[in-house]
Amino acid sequence: MNLDFSIFSWGLVHDYILKGLYFSVTLTVLATLGGIFFGTLLALMRLSGKKWLDTPAAIYVNGMRSIPLVMVILWFFLIVPFIIGRPIGSEASAIITFIAFEAAYFSEIMRAGIQSIPRGQVFAGQALGMSYKQNMTLVILPQAFRNMLPVLLTQTIILFQDTSLVYAIGAYDMLKGFETAGKNFGRPVEMYLLAAVCYFVICFALSALVKRLHKKIAIIR
Amino acid sequence: MLDNWDWQLFCRDTLDESVVFSSCFGQDGEVSYLDWLFTAWGWTVSVALSALVIALLVGSIIGVLRTLPDNKGLVRFGNAWVELFRNIPLLVQIFLWYHVLPALIPAFKQFPPFILVVLALGLFTSARIAEQVRAGIQALPKGQRYAGMALGFTTPQYYRYVILPMAYRIIIPPLTSESMNIFKNSAVAFAVSIPELTQYAMQVGEETAKPIQVYLAVTVLYVMSALVINRIMATIEKRTRVPGFVAAGVGGGH
Repeated sequence: MNLDFSIFSWGLVHDYILKGLYFSVTLTVLATLGGIFFGTLLALMRLSGKKWLDTPAAIYVNGMRSIPLVMVILWFFLIVPFIIGRPIGSEASAIITFIAFEAAYFSEIMRAGIQSIPRGQVFAGQALGMSYKQNMTLVILPQAFRNMLPVLLTQTIILFQDTSLVYAIGAYDMLKGFETAGKNFGRPVEMYLLAAVCYFVICFALSALVKRLHKKIAIIR
Repeated sequence: MLDNWDWQLFCRDTLDESVVFSSCFGQDGEVSYLDWLFTAWGWTVSVALSALVIALLVGSIIGVLRTLPDNKGLVRFGNAWVELFRNIPLLVQIFLWYHVLPALIPAFKQFPPFILVVLALGLFTSARIAEQVRAGIQALPKGQRYAGMALGFTTPQYYRYVILPMAYRIIIPPLTSESMNIFKNSAVAFAVSIPELTQYAMQVGEETAKPIQVYLAVTVLYVMSALVINRIMATIEKRTRVPGFVAAGVGGGH
């Protein structure tokens, strides 16, 4: 079989793919920001040294990490409308799922980041008369973020790849855009190939950037 | 949705839902939802374990290639391999193996879907295992390599007798999580015609209109599979531990 890319045009990109790419990027950004926020809270709960905070957080994180993402997507698609009491679209459901799911993964990264800060920093903050909250937000967390920045960004690239799994609930992401175009124009093979190229170019460029950043941070240290 | 917890649904016949089997397993050639669930679990386990074998074999070869001295070409090939398989989402890779390759290469048309999915998942994971094998080899002190050379070993010999036995023991913890990941990632096969657990969950959840029970059963099976793998790997780790070389490569902070 010969490949035929003649159907590929700006019109096709505009009509099918950009809409999907927009959702993929939105989902990635929201899930990263929300995931880091709730993940940091979970990490703080696990490091609090209080059992009633540590245990539920540990159960949540380990539970999320032991279920396939596709199953989590299906679970939330089923349960969120039930809790809210009204049906929500697959796109909104995907956003909630990814924030909740990624929080578990980001929490492990942030936990490692916080634990990588020398103990003396904590004592120094305490010696200056800082409260626990001040010490965390002014001394520990900024350093933890900086140390973990390359890992956080790598996780974001993985997250971007994982957004393709919203396929399971029919949300319209970049992969779905390519697939729909391929079906409508009778050229699915070419469109799947182009989808792979697109994902590769985006992820390869991003991971090259992360590598450069990693080197920069390594020098500062 | 929660008011009728009908756990009997697993005992029902898949064709005629009104029939309830007393043993919950189908009789006289009939199939109950429970039978079907175990078949689906079988598919998940088969996909995951076969892919794990491929991933370990290919990942080890690529990982070793990336650490060979004095062979820039092979190192580049290994690096390109890892970048290629790491930067395309698994679902897209499964579509490539399932839809694109058979259309481009006629020989692939004869492959059953199972083989295509196993290859997709196996090679996707091979890139990640290659990265760990490389890291494990590079974490060894340079002296080990030189010691092998000083004994007059050839490159294949000092890899076989000195470097790899040490490197593999160092990377058992990340290999453990990778083998658990492969079970989770096998769920992506729902997108093509493999009747594994996730596809079972989607299909039976819709058919019986009782998705919660179905998802619960499937989730429990996924978690159990991952736990079993985890225990097996922990046993291997204990058995193969090098005295005085514990926890190398597992950074413990300051």
